Amino acid sequence: MNRVVITGAGTINALGHSVDETFDAMKNARCGIGALDFQDVDRLAIKIGGQVRGFETEGRFNRQQMSLYDRFTQFTLAAAKEAVAQSGLSFHGDLAAQSGVILGTAGGGVNTWDANYRLVYEEGKNRVHPFVVPKLMNNAAASHVSMEHNLKGPSFTVATACASSNHAMAQAFAMVRSGLATTILTGGSESMLCFGGVKAWEGLRVMSKDACRPFSANRNGMVQGEGAGVFVFENMDHAKARGADILAEVIGFGMSSDAADIVMPSKAGAARAMQMALKDAGIATSDVGYINAHGTGTAANDKTECAAVADVFGAHADDLMISSTKSMHGHLIGGTGAVELLACIMALREGVIAPTIGYEEPDPECALDVVPNEARDAKVDVALSNAFAFGGMNAVIALRRV
Amino acid sequence: MSEPSIETRVIAIIAEQAVLEPSDVTLDSTLEDLGIDSLGLVESIFAIEEEFDISVPFNANEPTASDFDISNVRSIVAGIESLIQSADG
Repeated sequence: MNRVVITGAGTINALGHSVDETFDAMKNARCGIGALDFQDVDRLAIKIGGQVRGFETEGRFNRQQMSLYDRFTQFTLAAAKEAVAQSGLSFHGDLAAQSGVILGTAGGGVNTWDANYRLVYEEGKNRVHPFVVPKLMNNAAASHVSMEHNLKGPSFTVATACASSNHAMAQAFAMVRSGLATTILTGGSESMLCFGGVKAWEGLRVMSKDACRPFSANRNGMVQGEGAGVFVFENMDHAKARGADILAEVIGFGMSSDAADIVMPSKAGAARAMQMALKDAGIATSDVGYINAHGTGTAANDKTECAAVADVFGAHADDLMISSTKSMHGHLIGGTGAVELLACIMALREGVIAPTIGYEEPDPECALDVVPNEARDAKVDVALSNAFAFGGMNAVIALRRV
Repeated sequence: MSEPSIETRVIAIIAEQAVLEPSDVTLDSTLEDLGIDSLGLVESIFAIEEEFDISVPFNANEPTASDFDISNVRSIVAGIESLIQSADG
């Protein structure tokens, strides 16, 4: 079994266009959620989201690339570029053959579906651009990352709704640990902030019209976000041999299925995923100092998640910190675990715990230390990142400070 | 100002696809000469259909099976002229 480390990170999300900008926002408890801006937003009941602003494609992608890249692919390529640059790797020969890309997304090219349905249904056109399919397919982002960075090993896309990125990163970790790959670019992305993408979520009636306030008694729902997070997972011996700067070690993961309900979360399923991650990492509950919560800000998720944490960690649940950064960047759906892993890396590497902002009223059903409203300095050795998806599919990742 | 000819409009579309100046595209140029691959061809046909509001009978699986001859720019222009005529007729 090989040990696995993270040697590069990249992101674009509502808090910033890089890891540094995102860390800065998290440290300063800045909120990236605001008024949505796209066609027909006035016909939506939900008009807020964690939208990426000021993302210029000019100079980044050429015309031919733009005809093939949905917004979720654009975000992914930007994040992958930052991650690969930080790792210092370039992929040739054997390393290229032993390196792949495993990404998560729930919806893939939702903007492309939306825009082209609009053309044929609303505008009555009978012809669409020939690249609609290669642009919208869920693996488009992974494919373009593989082409851009010459990654010729195991590569695919995982879709498990809100746990997509965590499942992808767990799979990447397993592949590097087992020796099937030396390096995997992993994480995920999502871009469904368009009329159809938000309208679909409105239908479920779980969205907040004003803010995402995880764990707060007056929370009233989730807020969508968009963006990408990409990491370089690398064989530790390989990373050390080349003198790479190691951001954190990936030490384990747990996956479980509730096998119960298509939308309601299960305490038992969430608890089993966390227990499996601890067991896989070979650590005790008392080793965990920080949990990046799934923390969607819905009534159901937050109380269920807190109850699951209490069950798994017992008395230690009161000692650890648990925060939801969705309060700042929104819920990136399939990309959310990737952006949230950054909060774990920041906790381990910089000793700063990202806060849960918008916290206004204690909820007896969420009586844990949720790091309310302000970032906190704390030394943490092990962090968990939770993701509990619609469909009852859960994935938890464990990271250790190096 | 009179409308540009069909030939001029087709050459403009093909030149844009090939990332060339229209003056670099001649009637004898083949798509291969211009560096237009199969995806580029499909994109060009889409642009032509949009420009002239016609439907080009072209199947990428059997590029030579249809009546639409893509052997060079001249044959493409001729094919489009004939499609426009039959659409008007």
